[in-house]
Amino acid sequence: MLLIHCPYCGEDRSELEFRAAGDAHIARPANIAAISDEEFADYFFLRDNPKGLIYERWRHIHGCGRFFNAVRDTVSDKFVMTYKAGEPKPDLSPAPGVAPALPADSRPVETYEATEGRAE
Amino acid sequence: MRKYSVFAVAREAMRAHKGWEAQWTSPEPRSQYDVIIIGGGGHGLGAAYYLAKEHGITNVAVIEKGWLGGGNTGRNTTIIRSNYLYEESMDIYEHSLKLWEGLSQELNYNVMYSPRGVMMLSHNIHDSQVFKRHIHANRLYGIDNEWLTPEQAKDYCPPLDISASARYPINGAALQRRGGTARHDAVAWGYARAASDRGVHVIQNCEVKAIRRGPDGAVTGVETTKGFIGAKKIGVSASGHNSMVLAMADVRLPLQSNPLQALVSEPLKPIFPCVVMSNTVHAYISQSDKGELVIGAGTDQFNSYSQTGGLQIITHTLDAICELFPIFRRVKMMRQWGGITDNTPDRSPIQGVTPVPNLFVNCGWGTGGFKATPGSAHLFAHLIARGEPHRLAAGLTLDRFRTGRLIDEAAAAAVAH
Repeated sequence: MLLIHCPYCGEDRSELEFRAAGDAHIARPANIAAISDEEFADYFFLRDNPKGLIYERWRHIHGCGRFFNAVRDTVSDKFVMTYKAGEPKPDLSPAPGVAPALPADSRPVETYEATEGRAE
Repeated sequence: MRKYSVFAVAREAMRAHKGWEAQWTSPEPRSQYDVIIIGGGGHGLGAAYYLAKEHGITNVAVIEKGWLGGGNTGRNTTIIRSNYLYEESMDIYEHSLKLWEGLSQELNYNVMYSPRGVMMLSHNIHDSQVFKRHIHANRLYGIDNEWLTPEQAKDYCPPLDISASARYPINGAALQRRGGTARHDAVAWGYARAASDRGVHVIQNCEVKAIRRGPDGAVTGVETTKGFIGAKKIGVSASGHNSMVLAMADVRLPLQSNPLQALVSEPLKPIFPCVVMSNTVHAYISQSDKGELVIGAGTDQFNSYSQTGGLQIITHTLDAICELFPIFRRVKMMRQWGGITDNTPDRSPIQGVTPVPNLFVNCGWGTGGFKATPGSAHLFAHLIARGEPHRLAAGLTLDRFRTGRLIDEAAAAAVAH
């Protein structure tokens, strides 16, 4: 079970209090009736599914009830940070030639390939 | 390939079992193949087998990052059924069920398909209405499915608690007698052995790093940890990692990867005669031939590649199991694991062409891909060989998210597939 920091309550709370709400930073097209079917499918169905850092919305449904955004590693499930809705998307990509800004225990890890060896 | 038979067992018994040969060969990759299939699970290996057998295409390689069947093929709860609601789904799952029925003979490999019956419990008026609608739709389509009273359900599965004081009272059940289970590893190994026998290269421990494309946009091969391997056509069947593989060819798919958990108990004497599923309280359970109770839980609510899953998910499932089957309350659970399922917005699979020429995809089987293994593999081979989908898979295209012709099984089958 995950421990999630709600940026509004300012506390680390159990995952049971939260509801995942999909990708963050998706803007509904202002001219929704005018866009093509392809553009609508992109907006409505296509979501990021990275193996690594993901930007997503969460709702503290059994707490303050508010939506907020989070950056999480989808391999370790570790939350890198949470921030309030409406705040800009944080840029966590390292500058060229610089080591990643993430702490060592937040970097993506290999899963079973690394721990369970090779097939013969 | 030496055929497995009672005579082979007798012959080997006479000479200390020294004559068994490797089930499949492990060759070094050629520089060029007609078809490369990425993902060595049941679907991918099966597609390679049917390409060789039914379409005469034997210059084929299956490339697997880990070991055969080490992903979702080896991590599911092996339930097989075809009692879906919509015609597109019934077509493909029934096609698959028919292939399951003859698969051991077809592959000369015992996949231990056991049609012991899949019983879906109804707990309330809504459940019984939905299940009866399924039953009528199935029977009109020629698929067996029948309604049981609580007493008939108890007869079919004696451990079930149907008392009026049960926490989750049971007002009936839907039973598909041809449904059941199979041995998951044997499916991967059986297809690998039969495909290898027909000349297919099965290449393990080889991760695809990039998909290379020519000036016209069509695929020309893959960069792997064993170097570049050329291919005229590429089929991708990598379950939870389909998004990552297709991203190498700049194809975005409407997929989300979620961990789905399962667990097994300590081995027990035979006590549980069928498969029981309850969508409402979310539990499914059967007993393997080894004697373990095999229990399926739900998915985590967020995207993840962790292959573990949250503890509260299995706790919730075990709560339900203990209420439905009070005799299992003191059974100890032995192992728990997670597999990464790729889920589409309408919870139906995608099998079809992609915007990239000669690149085909078989994905989105979500939480229910094992039962579809032979059918999906058979139709995927047709797609790769002919370049267009088989009649039975014609509705499963990627294009349906643009046209809006969704196959909304999510509402019909709940989460348990």
